[in-house]
Amino acid sequence: MDRWGIRGLLGHGWAALMLAAGLAAPPVMAASTQERMVPCLACHGETGQSRIENTPSLGAQQPAYTLIQLFMFREKLRKSEIMNQMAKDFTDDDLRTVSDYLAALPKPQAAENGAIDRMQRAQVLAQKEHCNSCHNADFSGRDNIPRLAGQREDYLAKTLREYKNNTRAGYDGTMSEVLQPVTDAEIADLAYYLAHLSSKSEH
Amino acid sequence: MILRTARWRVLLAGAAIYLTGTAVWGQTPPATTPAAASPPAAVLPPGSPLIGRPENLEAAKLAPISSPPIATPVDKLPTAKLKLPPGFSLEVYAAGMTNARSLREGDKGTVFVGSRLVDKVYAITHADHQVKVIASGLHRPNGVAFHNGTLYIAELSQISKIDGIEDHLDNPPKPTVIYDDLPKDEAHGWKFISIGPDNKLYIPVGQPGNNVLHDAAHGQIRRINLDGSGAEVVALGVRNSVGFDWNPLNKQMYFTDNGRDWMSEDVPEDKLNRLSKVGEDFGVPYCYQGNIADPEFGWGHSCSQYTPPVALMGAHTAALGMRFYLGSMFPKEYRNAIFIARHGSWNRTKKLGGDVVVVKLNPDGTVKSVQPFLTGFIENNNYLGRPVDVQPLEDGSLLVSDDWNGAVYRITYGNPRRAHR
Repeated sequence: MDRWGIRGLLGHGWAALMLAAGLAAPPVMAASTQERMVPCLACHGETGQSRIENTPSLGAQQPAYTLIQLFMFREKLRKSEIMNQMAKDFTDDDLRTVSDYLAALPKPQAAENGAIDRMQRAQVLAQKEHCNSCHNADFSGRDNIPRLAGQREDYLAKTLREYKNNTRAGYDGTMSEVLQPVTDAEIADLAYYLAHLSSKSEH
Repeated sequence: MILRTARWRVLLAGAAIYLTGTAVWGQTPPATTPAAASPPAAVLPPGSPLIGRPENLEAAKLAPISSPPIATPVDKLPTAKLKLPPGFSLEVYAAGMTNARSLREGDKGTVFVGSRLVDKVYAITHADHQVKVIASGLHRPNGVAFHNGTLYIAELSQISKIDGIEDHLDNPPKPTVIYDDLPKDEAHGWKFISIGPDNKLYIPVGQPGNNVLHDAAHGQIRRINLDGSGAEVVALGVRNSVGFDWNPLNKQMYFTDNGRDWMSEDVPEDKLNRLSKVGEDFGVPYCYQGNIADPEFGWGHSCSQYTPPVALMGAHTAALGMRFYLGSMFPKEYRNAIFIARHGSWNRTKKLGGDVVVVKLNPDGTVKSVQPFLTGFIENNNYLGRPVDVQPLEDGSLLVSDDWNGAVYRITYGNPRRAHR
């Protein structure tokens, strides 16, 4: 089932081509960490900033969160053809190594020139829904709760929709539950807001 | 239903957050615009732990805490930070068991370990403490009990058994179901089980939500014969019990029960209860901790109608597995005392519990004292580990399971023979 739409296909199409060409084989964790990360960063961005549609930036992401997502991809608790493939042979040590490596990459740069009234409306909404209570006041995340500031807008919108309609499995039910009262228009605003948000802290 | 705060409060809060500048987008805002009307709050799924969460920032930070999905490597276990009274020592008994939960020792010294978030029952061999998976593909196999060579496993909604398991650890037979007349609710559905001095298997059925009016199939402890027949309810008014054992002196069952959430940070406390007759009612959801009428359901009821606890176990400490200590390795003062694992809080800003306490009884079975025994699992309000169950071994040492790290520790006293790996 194509959940990503035509534009998303372009991104995943490119990745599929690279897979076919052997340029993005699932990382075999025998070489140095940096070498192993090459196929990952080919999509997710060498400096932690993704330039591919619907593919998240991973720089400075909370390692406990990344570990859980990679675990879920490995165990097929979270369905993504390409990520299930990439993670299928990860050992538990690989999960830790990759998560720590990504946490050390620079945080993604926020999109610029956010429309003032939209940013303000979304900021009020984010506080009303208490997004900042778990994800931190500056949306840099903590523990196993992800950094959202500066994330790709398309990926954020997709993720929020998928949590709300339960097409993306969460590690627990929290995100699905808190999103039930949030409308599609509000999701679009939140994604716009977070993508244009620059957090002060690195971690 | 989550209550909505007044619009003006939200706008003011929004302006305040902007001015403190914890997040920036580099432009000057105009005067605040009124927020768009939002739809009525959608109903949370029944049994959701977020039902009843008050509408404020501090409460919004609280949600059940997920443990890591993989077991911690042995060299990263927090053993150096754990503390015991003088004369006691702790070592790692076995590690690498993701979500290690309830414990039970077999007749031949094998230690069985259940899990709640994965699908496995583990066995730790007696000789060299090797970890094996002796059952998998199960749904929340949290409870383990053992009798005459047979292992009993409690999943969310069924009890099964494996005969002669200790002779077949490498090629274990599949479990056979002996009892499945149990509700399928996820909320408080995972089970601790134990076999009493009457050779019956005791099974709790938690109430299917934080604070709900439950039906005659929930909020109780049942017992069945070991062949699955003869089910009867022995205790009512139980919210979620994940640990019980029998007083060796008078055979009465003592059980822990977790108090409700979202009433307050400090009340109600978790309970240690004592069952003195079949059908005894411990008050939930009308009365909590023996003396607080529930603000929602308590109207028209009185706490004096119900049996109060014999001890309070702290607010949101998650008192779980417990055993009477019958061994002779520990000093005499621990004879017939109860060790209780407290998993630690999620519904509290400052975590409490995350330890093992020891409860000493008066001759009449009432509680004399509750004291810390194994501590150190909470550091800077973060979990280094979370104890779930305790199991005295034949040699008088005490095992403690930790589902955060997927490990089992062994506590000894005096000059312990080092457990070899």
